[in-house]
Amino acid sequence: MDLDALMLSRIQFAANISFHILFPTITIALCWFLLFFRIRLVRTRDPAWEEAYYFWTKVFALTFALGVVSGIVMSFQFGTNWPGFMEKTGNISGPLLGYEVLTAFFLEASFLGIMLFGRGRVSERVHLTATFLVALGTTLSAFWILSLNSWMQTPAGYEIVDGQFIPTDWFAVVFNPSFPYRFAHKLLASALTASFLIAGLCAWQLLKGTTTNGTHKAMRAAVATAAVVMPLQFIAGDLHGLNTLEHQPAKVAAMEGVWETERGAPLTLFGFPDEDAATTHFAIKIPKMASLILTHDMDGEIAGIRSFGDGHPPVAPVFYAFRIMVGVGSLMLLVSAFTAYRLWRQRREKRITLPRPLLWVLSAMTFSGWLATLSGWYVTEIGRQPFVVYGLVRAGEVATTVPPPFIGLTLVAYLLVYGLLLVTYVGVLKYMAENPVKHAPVPVTSAGLGKAGV
Amino acid sequence: MLGMTWAQWLPLIFLAVMGLALLTYVILDGYDLGVGLLLPLADDSEKDTMINSIGPFWDANETWLVLGVGVLLVAFPMAHGLVLQALYLPVAAMLIGLILRGVAFDFRVKAPLQYKAFWNRAFFAGSLLASSAQGWMLGSYITGFDKGPLGLAFSLGIAVTLPAAYTLLGAGWLIMKTEGALQSKAVSWAHRVLWPMGIALVAISGATPLVHPTVVSKWFAMPQVFALMPVPLTCALAFFAVRWVVTHPDLVRAGHGWVVFAATVLIFVLAFFGLAYSIFPDIVIGRMTVWQAAISTASLNVVFVGVAVTLPVIIVYTVFMYRVFWGKARALTYG
Ligand code: HDD
Ligand code: HEM
Ligand code: HEM
Repeated sequence: MDLDALMLSRIQFAANISFHILFPTITIALCWFLLFFRIRLVRTRDPAWEEAYYFWTKVFALTFALGVVSGIVMSFQFGTNWPGFMEKTGNISGPLLGYEVLTAFFLEASFLGIMLFGRGRVSERVHLTATFLVALGTTLSAFWILSLNSWMQTPAGYEIVDGQFIPTDWFAVVFNPSFPYRFAHKLLASALTASFLIAGLCAWQLLKGTTTNGTHKAMRAAVATAAVVMPLQFIAGDLHGLNTLEHQPAKVAAMEGVWETERGAPLTLFGFPDEDAATTHFAIKIPKMASLILTHDMDGEIAGIRSFGDGHPPVAPVFYAFRIMVGVGSLMLLVSAFTAYRLWRQRREKRITLPRPLLWVLSAMTFSGWLATLSGWYVTEIGRQPFVVYGLVRAGEVATTVPPPFIGLTLVAYLLVYGLLLVTYVGVLKYMAENPVKHAPVPVTSAGLGKAGV
Repeated sequence: MLGMTWAQWLPLIFLAVMGLALLTYVILDGYDLGVGLLLPLADDSEKDTMINSIGPFWDANETWLVLGVGVLLVAFPMAHGLVLQALYLPVAAMLIGLILRGVAFDFRVKAPLQYKAFWNRAFFAGSLLASSAQGWMLGSYITGFDKGPLGLAFSLGIAVTLPAAYTLLGAGWLIMKTEGALQSKAVSWAHRVLWPMGIALVAISGATPLVHPTVVSKWFAMPQVFALMPVPLTCALAFFAVRWVVTHPDLVRAGHGWVVFAATVLIFVLAFFGLAYSIFPDIVIGRMTVWQAAISTASLNVVFVGVAVTLPVIIVYTVFMYRVFWGKARALTYG
């Protein structure tokens, strides 16, 4: 592997976006959780909801800040790392990114202030609306960016004139073939990531004896969400895979580790793919299962990696990453279903009690959503190599011309900063869970109320 | 100009949107970067008040940068790649500065108490790094990315001046948003940074024709010179208005403190239009005009619809947000 400008740009882009996605993955769903807590508070006037809201708003604010600053880096990355990308696809990716800034970023950033600090300054209704708009903003931003990303995976609605992509049908561009699947899968992934984060930190509080009344409320909401969402995620993931088989068969071949085109292909549970020997060592296989899952027919045909010449992605990373994602998903399914069952039996109680081993498992899974999400992205992104726009533009054609030492230098700087921030973020969450403010502060009212006439 | 077609107008409209987004960014994030630069001068509880005064706003303020770069990316992809590759290192420095500062907002109050001092310093360091990197970028942009000694010296000059100007803006903001001892301190900060900033601004204006000869012909050609005279004159007027207020504490106490902020903003706006006039119609000086850099008219139309609908709405709710948090800064709680 050469550390040339292309490779360094890739590593840098991958590092930056991997870091960025950690935080949106949490905030997209966490914000809807907060809205739910607030609505319950307004309905029941039970102060426990206030405590849950207060604690998770702090987590949200912190996570959001990290999402914003790493996102600002992303918006420069296209120009600094892939200048050719915008020159070729600018007519399509430009408007999509533009709409994201205009409809999503301003919405969330502007109402965030009111959502976080506005209580006592605006009426309850305006405050709820602000919370809703922030949640809507984060979801909208996922909509636009995933539309672009999906378009790069399954381009549609364009023609190529003088080497540039010119849109011909915007509807087809935005709702390109893989977009609905990716959007659904990503929103569900976000719900799971946030649920396991909440459940994990609440479990930690139960273990350490630092619970507030809000802990019990938040734990129930999170586990219930996870238990409902995880089966949906299995279905969405399966459909996503079918869609990929149709549009990017080489990726699926790598995911499944199918080397030769065959009918009735077996499902490889685990093994060590070896690209040079074109085989998977020590493979554990279930006969005919891959064909069944992917074509919904025991004897369906699956194209093998070898049939794609050099137009196939590196097999091993895609293969492993896919197994990590599905493995984490299966574990999530078991744990959330079991916990939900235990909590269901004590649904009339005010406080919940769970066996300590289960609490340890939940705590250990606090960041399992991150693991699955990153693995999923690696499947998607590495699986579309060597292309940037699938089948049409290769990464080498659009890379930067900045001298490699510059890229290397900034890469090291980013990695240092990201390392520091990740350690601090996790440390601060732990600290906050162990030292919660027992009674959420009463919002300052009257003095400033009505300043804005609302 | 009136004979231009829609296809020729569109890139200009986007140039205007981009310019206004960047101007808005410089003013809005300028005051909160300025507050960050002033942070080390305050004592502990004043630090809290200072940060509370910008807490609800900074995220939305930075979004204007995303819009500015976004328009460059969206409407002028050719220029985007060129500019950002030429500014590779300062961009990275600015981003790291903005990261440190953005997270320090939260970490300084949420991390265990013993780390607060560290994050206060990170807040200052991030603000300094981001604002000088921005100054450097501006300087190097004006010189057409000249890497010769003159170009570098010019960039360095702006890398020092912009933080000074932000500091003045930040002090002006604090005069409006705080009371008592902190407000008096803010007045003295504004006082201290005023002359250095003024001299630097004059020096830069004087140096611009050196690095960029076409500017001379644009400003000093015969009929224009009269039309343009009001720009430097108003700048000077604004400068002395600031000076008047900061040397008369009773004026601040009588509620005229906002003049400092408003007059500084005026200086920024005039400097911006002066610069825009010097450069137009190039987008990368001497290399590329707006029309050469723009994407197809069809795609610009698509974004234009979005801009025409959303930008007014964005402005409305930005104003709304500022009204909600009108008045002196208070302790911020998530309650
Ligand atoms: C699936 C979701 C998702 C994905 C794949 C991305 N983002 Fe993101 N982004 C968000 C979801 C999100 C968000 C949830 O909307 C954030 C997180 C915190 C926030 O403020 O908004 C955000 C913030 C955010 C910001 C800061 C906005 C602000 O100032 O408020 C920028 C500039 C970007 N992103 C840009 C990007 C770019 C250029 C990406 C791709 C290369 C990208 N994001 C991938
Ligand atoms: C947010 C989750 C994402 C993650 C974790 C992720 C991860 C990655 C990784 C690991 C690579 C490098 C692949 C390689 O070179 O082997 C990559 C490449 C790339 N991705 Fe993503 N990606 C994400 C989202 C996106 C989105 C939303 C976009 C576009 C809007 C995007 C556009 C690109 C581009 C342009 C490249 C560089 C060209 C290339 O090497 O193929 N990615 N990404
Ligand atoms: C267990 C069942 C699951 C299946 C069958 C499944 C299936 C898939 C498939 C086939 C892809 C690749 C899409 C492509 O071709 O580009 C993918 C991507 C992805 N997966 Fe999963 N997945 C599962 C669980 C999860 C879980 C639990 C998470 C996170 C909590 C997750 C997060 C993601 C993400 C973020 C991506 C990349 C974005 C995208 O392409 O949608 N997945 N998944």
